[in-house]
Amino acid sequence: MSDHTEKNVDEVTGVETTGHNWDGIEELNNPMPRWWLWTLYATIVWGIAYTIAFPAWPLISGATTGVLGWSTRADVAREIESHDAQNGALVEQLLAAEMDRLPEDPELLRYAVARGGAVFKAQCSQCHGSGAAGFKGYPNLLDDDWLWGGSMDEITFTVRHGIRNDIDDEARYSEMPAFGELLEKEQIRAAAEYVYSLSNDDAEPELAASGQELFAEQCAACHGDTGRGDREQGAPNLADAIWLYGGDRETLIQTITYSRFGIMPAWGQRLIEADVRAVSAYVHGLGGGE
Amino acid sequence: MDYIKAFLLAGVALFAAMGANWAQDPAYQLHAVLIMVIALCMFVWVIRHAGEPQKAKPVPTGYDDGVIRAGVIATAFWGIAGFVVGTFIAFQLAFPELNFDWGQPFANFGRLRPLHTSAVIFAFGGNGLIATSFYVVQRTGATRLWGGNLAWFVFWGYQLFIVLAATGYLLGSTQSKEYAEPEWYVDIWLTIVWLAYLAVFLGTIFKRRERHIYVANWFYLAFIITVAMLHVINNLSIPVSIWGSKSVQVFAGVQDAMTQWWYGHNAVGFFLTAGFLGMMYYFVPKQAGRPVYSYKLSIIHFWALIFLYIWAGPHHLHYTALPDWASTLGMVFSIILWMPSWGGMINGLMTLQGAWDKLRTDPILRMFVLSLGFYGMSTFEGPMMSIRAVNSLSHYTDWTIGHVHSGALGWNGMITFACLYFLTPRLWGRDKMYSMSAINWHFWLATIGIVLYAASMWVTGIMEGLMWREVDDQGFLVNSFADTVAAKFPMYVVRGLGGVMFLAGALIMIWNMWMTIRGPKTAKAGTTGTSPTVAAE
Repeated sequence: MSDHTEKNVDEVTGVETTGHNWDGIEELNNPMPRWWLWTLYATIVWGIAYTIAFPAWPLISGATTGVLGWSTRADVAREIESHDAQNGALVEQLLAAEMDRLPEDPELLRYAVARGGAVFKAQCSQCHGSGAAGFKGYPNLLDDDWLWGGSMDEITFTVRHGIRNDIDDEARYSEMPAFGELLEKEQIRAAAEYVYSLSNDDAEPELAASGQELFAEQCAACHGDTGRGDREQGAPNLADAIWLYGGDRETLIQTITYSRFGIMPAWGQRLIEADVRAVSAYVHGLGGGE
Repeated sequence: MDYIKAFLLAGVALFAAMGANWAQDPAYQLHAVLIMVIALCMFVWVIRHAGEPQKAKPVPTGYDDGVIRAGVIATAFWGIAGFVVGTFIAFQLAFPELNFDWGQPFANFGRLRPLHTSAVIFAFGGNGLIATSFYVVQRTGATRLWGGNLAWFVFWGYQLFIVLAATGYLLGSTQSKEYAEPEWYVDIWLTIVWLAYLAVFLGTIFKRRERHIYVANWFYLAFIITVAMLHVINNLSIPVSIWGSKSVQVFAGVQDAMTQWWYGHNAVGFFLTAGFLGMMYYFVPKQAGRPVYSYKLSIIHFWALIFLYIWAGPHHLHYTALPDWASTLGMVFSIILWMPSWGGMINGLMTLQGAWDKLRTDPILRMFVLSLGFYGMSTFEGPMMSIRAVNSLSHYTDWTIGHVHSGALGWNGMITFACLYFLTPRLWGRDKMYSMSAINWHFWLATIGIVLYAASMWVTGIMEGLMWREVDDQGFLVNSFADTVAAKFPMYVVRGLGGVMFLAGALIMIWNMWMTIRGPKTAKAGTTGTSPTVAAE
């Protein structure tokens, strides 16, 4: 219980206590540390000054804008403006350029590839990988094996319209039948064995031979008599040992039975024109461009 | 009276049975079954004991410590649960294969993460706060808890809330508000329990036998009242159906975001700061055996802290749709908050004046001091991160995770461990903890664990912030997001190891508590300390 009539002094520090005692706990009557108090005052003074300088106090409609006139929107606008000013001439050139002739202008190409790299990292790397080496089902863009063509123009078309999507009428489109509904399992096994033999030495000759007949009937129309593919239809080359979904027997049987249907968005609808052109130039320059 | 009780319980059981039948989602169904079973068991118990003559029970005397003993056990139990989940999800981030196919969708990171945060903040921290506040308010008021069994209702009601929240997360029930994930009916239940908690605490304050209210109780009271307000307003929502867990928030867009972070930041401010300062103000002077350093400082920093904290929320929304003026105010109030926060640290540390030598011999006091050190560090780091320019680098990075963990593990964790070491021998009538060297082990394991955790998160946080904003001389991004994730891998492993050490320390504590409670009784429980046993009133 507190008792204010007599002075209580803490023996260790010689400081007076408040005289209160709760469950043995007393309180010293120390003043607030000066440095603490002055720092508190300083932050308050700074706070008032800061709220005068910057937008801070809400009013009936709107808020004070601050004497410095700063705002996040103005900041962003300024940054975009300076970026545009720096690269404006190059952007104009890029928009006017014929894509196939881009490599003839080294400065413009360098700009397009740098810009395209940034677009690729933000938009494309999720599927194709940040190094563009692809994953199962997502083509490797570093090699010279192109499903729909590897020239600057063809790549730009693919990027702009995408593949097998239903948002762009000009999207690249083809559909392989699911042969599981058309052929017997044995026939599929034979066809797969033939496809396997195109890029492997250890195929069973008899099975592959019977598969070759089937291939000629069922597959050659798109993939060609020798299985070299057809870029007009996006039909992969089956003889080059480069596989999008896998080239082992099991995967081949699965692919033939159920078919595949890879989709790529139409980036022309998502990116501004300069970015479409830039990222196409970037992909073209990764190593396999034709 | 018994018949009214039985009737009510039967009604609850029937309603829950209907809910279980018509439930629109698995979380609601499980919860309905759970409530039905609880209500039925209580119903049977009431019926079996109906009409029994009231035995003349002696009026309880002394402090009501039973519920605090239960709270100490619950704190330790939920602490381990929360740390285990936290350590596991730390490794899930380093090794995504740990999102096992067979565990989907229940054990993926997205569902386990709120389980971890709620378990450590609300289950571990919340039980620690309730238990210590009941202990402190009785001792510093020299009176028994008000409300009789209402304190037990608070305890069991709070455990039910935790179970409903945790199982709900695993089954995919969430309103997607950070630290306020539980859906509407769980929120309503928590509101009821929390008001009961407020009643017990306030009732005890009112019937105290000391003239003044001790500073620890100001902090506890501020914590209880403000959390009630925050919880109710942030959870205003309209259920889609009373038979399902989904609800729709009444606020939308940036208003909803602002309400959420007004809540979220003050969950830190009032739950993890004010409440734990209440702990600090009682247990640090008790353990040090010294008076509180400055009464004046405690008054000023209390009111400054309470007034300023509530405005700081907008700093979570810098550079978003939130208007610039609100973001400026959030930042300014956060920085002015720096000294009021440090007032608690100064008062705690300076209380050791004349008792610093005890740090050499008393590992419990060392834990208190370390927790105050981490408190001071994170309450400096917080205002600094609220500065817009700093925030533009730190926001959305692991730096934020490092910041909250240096506060949560260092300040909240350490002070709670120290309180458990303080309370266990006293509540079970033992002289001291079973093993002092085990406390030492706990201290060092936890300390090194926290340092590994915080340091690795600072490194990855600043690294990924710099990588995200890195542009070439033409203004184009240099790194893809996946590059930043790959670069963080080694530090994620270090963070996980830090978690393992922190968890190992806590397991040692559990063993130590177990051995202490199992060991022979040496002192009369509840009568330690200098205050006289409270007589019946």
